[in-house]
Amino acid sequence: MTIVLKAENITKRFPGVLAVDNVSMELRKGEVLALVGENGAGKSTLMQILGGALKPDSGRLVIDGKEVIFNSPQDAIRAGVSMVFQELSLVKSLSVAENLFANRQPIGRFNNIKWRELYQETECFLRRFNLNIDPRCLVKHLPMGQQQILEILKAISANPKILLLDEPTSSLTESEILYLFENIRRLQESGMSIIYITHKLSEIFQIANRVMVMRDGRYIGDRSIKEVTENDLVCMMVGRQIVNLYGSTTCQFDGDEYFKVENLTRRGMFYNITFGLKPGEILGIAGLVGAKRTEVAQAIIGVLPKDTGRIILRGKNLRINRPQDAIRERIAYLTEDRKELGLFLGMSVRENLVAPSLRKYVSFLDILDRSRIDDFSRQVVQRLAISTPSLAKKMMYLSGGNQQKCLVGMWMGIEPEVIIFDEPTRGVDVGARAEIYQKLREFADAGVGIILISSDLTELIGMCDRILVMHAGRIQGEVNRKDFSEELILAYAAGLAGN
Amino acid sequence: MKSGTWLLRLLRLIVSFREFSLIAVLVLFGGFMTIQSDVFLTKANLEAILLGLSVEGIIAVGMVILLISGGLDLSVGSTLALTGVVTGLALMKLGLSPLPAITLGLLAALAVGLINGLLVSKLKINPFITTLGMMITVRGLLLVLAEGRAVLNLPETFTVVGQGRLFGIQYPIYVMLLLVIVGDLLMRYSRFFRQSYYIGGNEKAARLSGINVDGVKIFNYCLVAILAGIAGIMITARFGSASVTVGSGVELRVITATIIGGASLSGGEGSVFGAFLGALFMAVLANALNLLGVDVYWQNFVTGLILIIAVVVDVVNERRKASQKM
Repeated sequence: MTIVLKAENITKRFPGVLAVDNVSMELRKGEVLALVGENGAGKSTLMQILGGALKPDSGRLVIDGKEVIFNSPQDAIRAGVSMVFQELSLVKSLSVAENLFANRQPIGRFNNIKWRELYQETECFLRRFNLNIDPRCLVKHLPMGQQQILEILKAISANPKILLLDEPTSSLTESEILYLFENIRRLQESGMSIIYITHKLSEIFQIANRVMVMRDGRYIGDRSIKEVTENDLVCMMVGRQIVNLYGSTTCQFDGDEYFKVENLTRRGMFYNITFGLKPGEILGIAGLVGAKRTEVAQAIIGVLPKDTGRIILRGKNLRINRPQDAIRERIAYLTEDRKELGLFLGMSVRENLVAPSLRKYVSFLDILDRSRIDDFSRQVVQRLAISTPSLAKKMMYLSGGNQQKCLVGMWMGIEPEVIIFDEPTRGVDVGARAEIYQKLREFADAGVGIILISSDLTELIGMCDRILVMHAGRIQGEVNRKDFSEELILAYAAGLAGN
Repeated sequence: MKSGTWLLRLLRLIVSFREFSLIAVLVLFGGFMTIQSDVFLTKANLEAILLGLSVEGIIAVGMVILLISGGLDLSVGSTLALTGVVTGLALMKLGLSPLPAITLGLLAALAVGLINGLLVSKLKINPFITTLGMMITVRGLLLVLAEGRAVLNLPETFTVVGQGRLFGIQYPIYVMLLLVIVGDLLMRYSRFFRQSYYIGGNEKAARLSGINVDGVKIFNYCLVAILAGIAGIMITARFGSASVTVGSGVELRVITATIIGGASLSGGEGSVFGAFLGALFMAVLANALNLLGVDVYWQNFVTGLILIIAVVVDVVNERRKASQKM
């Protein structure tokens, strides 16, 4: 097979860290190469070098046998390399058409945009990918998953030979992922080569031909997908053996349901949500995007108002109208969107860790007790093995896994009785994931009931004692551990079976 | 070895803290001026600088707290004038004694702050638009109240508030210094005031962390309005008359000072002491240009330049830090 892209001895150094260390690689025509590694392994940096967003300190890039030098992503696009960025690059207040054809709109005689033509072209383009979106719709009105797909289509619309995808499925639902994979296969058949970064190892086996592993900026190895197992990959990525990612379920909880949600309804969103939680139980909530799982959680903790329904903790009917009330009752909610809703990125690790429990650290006259804050923060950093040079480090400089651990640490501070965990491992690498799962188990073992909202079915099946499946704002089914199967859960989630 | 790293850390601390670099610049600049002009380092001149600074200094305390929490108030200049006019009218037209008159004036200021706070937090109207509207509305209101004229000949029992002296130094200077010190301590150590950093850092996360976001915001708008009111009382008492044009443009000077002092328009950053130093820096600069006989029109030019330099330094610093991820 012909080699379309060759990188030779690429090295990139940032102050204080060697991000990419003498890495060489090849990409063949029409193949999907998965690039895996923990956070900080250097995959994204390598990708940005290939996509022209960063310049390597040394090394060569060869495309179709010719050496190229990229000074900007535009250079890369001209050479046939399009990159889809992790963070969305869409202008949310503009229409789908304007985003797809940014800078390439059909222009009339007076330099005027020919709107009719623009919309028609967009419609044709979207139809080619079986996507039913109105070209006039503003991007901000689209669900996150469709925005992500649009981002990918935007890169494809430049007609590249090589497509670089950096965690494209991180905010996609199961059905959107299937849709994406279908289109990746089509593009591959038409001769496009694709490099695909992901944290979800199961995806690799569905879509990739070859997988390359990086660790600490170095090339560790590459394997044909046919001759490698998920476990092999994890070993290559972490450089050690992880025996059981999810830990072992004890499945023993004595006691009654101490936390109950009864007939929780918010009209137009969700209806009659009823469930109970036993001490030490891990209760999963599965569902597709649009099932309103996060909304239920937010109504429980008082971010969203509820029309009817009761929340009962240890026989007491709770009145929760604001997040403060939930915190007072020791119900912790760890948001799915840690950067937007969870953490204070511009503030120090210490200030983040005490945010929900500030009141606990007040001495007389509302004055904060710095030494107690330090004690608590140090303890959390140690217990969760958060890697940070100091408590004063700004949150934004920590890796995704460490940020997620900080989010867990923050909520340890309120000594929760119930923890609602919303997508705890999105964008988190395998090593940190194992640690977060372990922490979850520790909470459960200590008798805390845990509600785990996740779109990752393997995660739910690995972690939970019981899974509720939501569909379109209602609980469609309930599955106990002994009956767990992906098929059954997906059937409920799609609204195909059950109540 | 150990002491070496300790020293290095101290040095890094100095460079990274806006307060230290501002003090350094002020000391250097003051030294230069002392050599250049024998008037600069006299009690009369320094008192004049501080007295001129007192209006901006007092308002800057509230403004920087508001900016830290992600807010902004353009109506402080109008609020300042409103307080003066209401107090003046209460004294002259209603014949109230100074204390009730001042209370009435400050209540007017509080009302402005309350409206700003409610519009921004409860109705989620953009702070810039809200307070721009209030700036114009309040200025209009006070012109109507005062029938377009200054309230003159205020009684001495009132003017003593702005003109009286303690140990030979005028009251407004004490008021400013006291507010700066108390404000700075509160922003460093008080739980309630520190919530502003969380709100400005990430409002949604602050809400989910159980912080009463709306309450703190409304409080901050009221605080800056009350401080503008206090500044209004001081300046009215100093001049012995309540002017209807006083305070126009003060909002931008105060915001400039807070940003030179390390605050950010996007919230989450800044300190009261830094804001005070920013204001002091601007006042010293204006004074120096005056003493050096530089055309008064150059003042704006230089102040603007300093603002831009301060912001550029911030951005470069932030990039440098961002590029050395751990």
